[in-house]
Amino acid sequence: MELLSLGIKSIFIDNMVFSLFLGMCSYLAVSKKVSTAMGLGLAVVFVLTITVPVNWAIREYVLKEGALTWLSADFAKVDLSFLQFIMFIAVIAAMVQLVEMVIEKFSPSLYGSLGIFLPLIAVNCAILGASLFMVQREHNFAESVVYGFGSGIGWWLAIIALAAIRERLKYSHVPKGLRGLGITMLITGLMGLGFLSFIGIKI
Amino acid sequence: MSVEAVETQEVVKQEREALFSKRRRKFVSDPLNDDNPITVQVLGICSALAVTTQIKPTLVMSIAVVFVIVFSNLIISLIRKLVPNRVRIIVQLAVIATLVTLVNEVLKAYLFDMYKQLSVFIGLIITNCIIMGRLEAFALGNKPWDSVLDGLGSGFGYAWIILAVAFFRELFGSGSIFGYPLYEKIGGAMGVELANNGLMVSSIGAFMVLGIIIWVQRTLNGYTEEN
Repeated sequence: MELLSLGIKSIFIDNMVFSLFLGMCSYLAVSKKVSTAMGLGLAVVFVLTITVPVNWAIREYVLKEGALTWLSADFAKVDLSFLQFIMFIAVIAAMVQLVEMVIEKFSPSLYGSLGIFLPLIAVNCAILGASLFMVQREHNFAESVVYGFGSGIGWWLAIIALAAIRERLKYSHVPKGLRGLGITMLITGLMGLGFLSFIGIKI
Repeated sequence: MSVEAVETQEVVKQEREALFSKRRRKFVSDPLNDDNPITVQVLGICSALAVTTQIKPTLVMSIAVVFVIVFSNLIISLIRKLVPNRVRIIVQLAVIATLVTLVNEVLKAYLFDMYKQLSVFIGLIITNCIIMGRLEAFALGNKPWDSVLDGLGSGFGYAWIILAVAFFRELFGSGSIFGYPLYEKIGGAMGVELANNGLMVSSIGAFMVLGIIIWVQRTLNGYTEEN
């Protein structure tokens, strides 16, 4: 039950985009068409669901102070947590490489339309952010799986919703300076206002 | 090891061009307005919004980003001929992550309050697309000094936008500037109570303020894009 509530919380209340501002670069750049947004969103869900638990394991068994005691008792005082950033980013980059190869093999059209943004998932702040929040909130293994999946779904929801709105926006008359990025920011603000209504939901 | 080798090589090569020639001044001045990383190139928005509820942490954040961007530009530019194209992303990430770890440890040691307040967002400098973008687009193909100037320009272009966002958010959201309780003083002097706008502190305020700043800035410099 707690897991379910964590999942709901990470999708709606702590939404990656609307409350934490994570993954904004690709959120803004790849949201022009729903189909592309869908592909990228799913790739992000996949990468998040895998990297957060993997990073949890790395932190638990390698980086934390005294984590290396399973190797030998001499390491009880070793604290490698300053290596956290580098280790996390290496895991994420490797994962992204894997996803890239899989997508290229099974869906060349999606691969073509995602273009440069597929490798750029590696530097999508949502992915690294989720791992860092996992550390900060001291989730255990099951929680980190749910948290990774939930925040991925939250990001996916946000990007397809924005893409759908932007597809309609093509037919509207927007002031010149506001076109593109400006209006997208304002729309995101309004969407965030909608998501505010989820605050306080408990299961 | 090989880093030093290249460094000396570059130093030996005599630069005839003035240190701040017109071409080089453009590297610094362009990103401030016409080619601003946030409002025109749409990069690095994530952290632009998250830390900007108060001016002070925003200032620390911008200093950290300027530091990381300048030094990663310098390092990548120094080793640009040694790095094979295929592994360049990993190399860049390793350089950035090392610099960010450095910033993180320094903040932890000397500014612990700030460190607590910025929490994960220091770590997220690694994934700030401005830095990656500058490395890819500039440092990989240019000389070290030019890259440093380019890094400074992009860093300052980023810094002034997020400081502007933070200024409005702190002013309207908390009624203060740099922690100085402006609303309270003015309200006290006039005998009225000025209310804060809570929306500005939440994420929605950030999106709105940034949207409006982008609007104003693009109208002024005449940059437009398709819907």
